[in-house]
Amino acid sequence: MSKETLNAKRLLCPLPVIRTQDKVKTMQIGDVLEVVCTDPGVMQDIPAWCRINGHKVLETITDEMEYTIILEVG
Amino acid sequence: MSKQRKAVALISGGLDSLLAARTIQEQGVHVEGINFYTGFCVEGHTHAIRKKDKATPKRNNALWSAEQLGIKLHIVDIIEEYKDVLINPKHGYGANMNPCLDCKIFMVQKAKEWIKENDFDFIITGEVIGQRPMSQRKDTMPVIAEESGADDRLLRPLCAQNLPMTLPEREGWVDREKLHNFSGRGRKPQMALANEFGFEDFAQPAGGCCFLTDKSYSDKLVDLWSSRGRKEYDLDDIMLLKVGRHIRPDKHFKVIVAREDGEARFLQGYKKDFINMNCASHRGPLAMVDGAPTEEDLLVAAQLTARYGQGRDAEEVEVTIREKDGTERTVTVKPFKGDEIPKEWFV
Repeated sequence: MSKETLNAKRLLCPLPVIRTQDKVKTMQIGDVLEVVCTDPGVMQDIPAWCRINGHKVLETITDEMEYTIILEVG
Repeated sequence: MSKQRKAVALISGGLDSLLAARTIQEQGVHVEGINFYTGFCVEGHTHAIRKKDKATPKRNNALWSAEQLGIKLHIVDIIEEYKDVLINPKHGYGANMNPCLDCKIFMVQKAKEWIKENDFDFIITGEVIGQRPMSQRKDTMPVIAEESGADDRLLRPLCAQNLPMTLPEREGWVDREKLHNFSGRGRKPQMALANEFGFEDFAQPAGGCCFLTDKSYSDKLVDLWSSRGRKEYDLDDIMLLKVGRHIRPDKHFKVIVAREDGEARFLQGYKKDFINMNCASHRGPLAMVDGAPTEEDLLVAAQLTARYGQGRDAEEVEVTIREKDGTERTVTVKPFKGDEIPKEWFV
């Protein structure tokens, strides 16, 4: 199991979702990906994308101007 | 036992693509969604940049549609490839800078490549004859099928009964009798079908799903190309066209003034890319200066920036000008009065 971080700052949705999708394609089931974003829309969209595609959101963190989503590849 | 057939549905996030996909799911076909991101999609959260839109749900309707349908959604970044569609549309533009027919052909072509790579059988769209003046007409719908190369693997479930039979119908993968015969701009049949399927709270964007159909946005894009002397853009260019007041005092520079806090926050991310300024002596907006301004031009930009701040009626306003490297200086200017700004400066 590996843990990776994806920098999706400054990107507007759906680009953070697309970058997440493309990154997850290169990972294995059980791997963990931390996505760091600045568009608050990701708090809705990345969990929705995870639900549709069978991945699990482990944690979401809001920190003033940054939004971090930690997911486990399903 | 017969093989379960697989279709990919072009999902825009609107009602028609939702209904088209569900219609085919109901016939036992495995459906997955595909959504193309051109950079001009209204579906992005670019509307949500503005604080005034805070009350509207910040959801991506294509993802929402996929969730309602219980299908996977593949979102594909076509920003780079789309440039040629927009810059050189074979079939021309619509009322604004919208190359709708070329756009649809391109997307169906990409979907065709996708089904080949992923071993799917056919493509579904939510198109309805007569629904759109350019891409959804009886004479242009065959053009899409032909020029995309999808040919009879392209099925439009909502109006299939008004069109020639496609491969999925001929082969019995779907029952033509259970497809629909919608036509025209009316929405009653779609609303009735949505009700039948139990869909509520679906998106119905009044201006379509693309910024290029918007006159104001198209004017800004044309201005951008005109000022550069060539048709080209990158993603930041087209994002910035969605934000702020765009004021061009001269061909070689333009001022982008945030209209409210949400836009100012968004523009903060570009501070290292543009000379930028804001009022120091009064509350006021963040403004970016695009192009190659002279010192004199920067004073004009400062007067514009002051115009949209709380010091607009003051005799003098101090404006801090920040270079791309972060060095700052403060100038004192007299804010423009409303009638002092020539109308033709507003893009």
